[in-house]
Amino acid sequence: MASKRYAAVGNHCVACGSCVKVCPMSAISIWRGVAARVDREKCVGCGKCERECPAGTITLKSREVGV
Amino acid sequence: MKQKKRWYDYLWIVTPIYLGLGFFNILFAWLGMIFFCLPLFIAIFGGSKLYCNRYCDRGQFLSLLGSRLGLSRNRPTPRWMRTKVFRYGFLIFFFIMFFQMLFTTYLVGAGAGSLGEFVKLFWTFRVPWHWAYHGTLFAPWVAQFAFGFYSIMLTSTLIGLIVMVLFKPRSWCVFCPMGTMTQWICTLRAGKPPVEGGCGGSCASCSGCGS
Repeated sequence: MASKRYAAVGNHCVACGSCVKVCPMSAISIWRGVAARVDREKCVGCGKCERECPAGTITLKSREVGV
Repeated sequence: MKQKKRWYDYLWIVTPIYLGLGFFNILFAWLGMIFFCLPLFIAIFGGSKLYCNRYCDRGQFLSLLGSRLGLSRNRPTPRWMRTKVFRYGFLIFFFIMFFQMLFTTYLVGAGAGSLGEFVKLFWTFRVPWHWAYHGTLFAPWVAQFAFGFYSIMLTSTLIGLIVMVLFKPRSWCVFCPMGTMTQWICTLRAGKPPVEGGCGGSCASCSGCGS
């Protein structure tokens, strides 16, 4: 069952990769050295990446219910 | 789920070794050129920030001190520090100081200036460092470059440590000149990242998803 929340990456990502290292589900990757991308299917919304992100660009969002 | 440690997870040791070697012999500062050239090489020819993501010794060192040893207050990095104006402004400032260092090296090489056996901290404070220069077979400009380069490396490490303690462990990465430069190169190569999660299926051929 998918979690209620997922991590979303904002516009100020510096692609440092610190979120990739802490993600327990390996749900984050760095897209061509430009920004982090989250695989929503894998993301369990634990918030570790949000706490680690130095640029404060990762936020937890609620999944849309019933889609 | 604990991930298996790989050899590059121990690269944090490079930071204290590099700074330590420079304390005893300043010519070791030349090794720092690797930290300058490798990220650019990977970004230009590989189109990625693999250096920042995997091999950056300083990033790992700051993570180790801030997260594992708990030396960071773990407060959000200030908003102004995260702006593009500050990031690119710091990059320009860094470049100006780098070229000033190169010019000083040139003056020593041309015989118009004398070798300064000191390290300049925060581009301002002259700290005596004469014990690390023993007189070598190399020309004086080689040592002058080493003193200048070591000053940059030591200063940026200290800034990294300060923001690590005050904010998040890797707050330095937000405005690291090498990170800014390599991300800029990668953006030039790849363009803007695809829209996260797509647009919900109603394709308007905006190419936002990268397809």
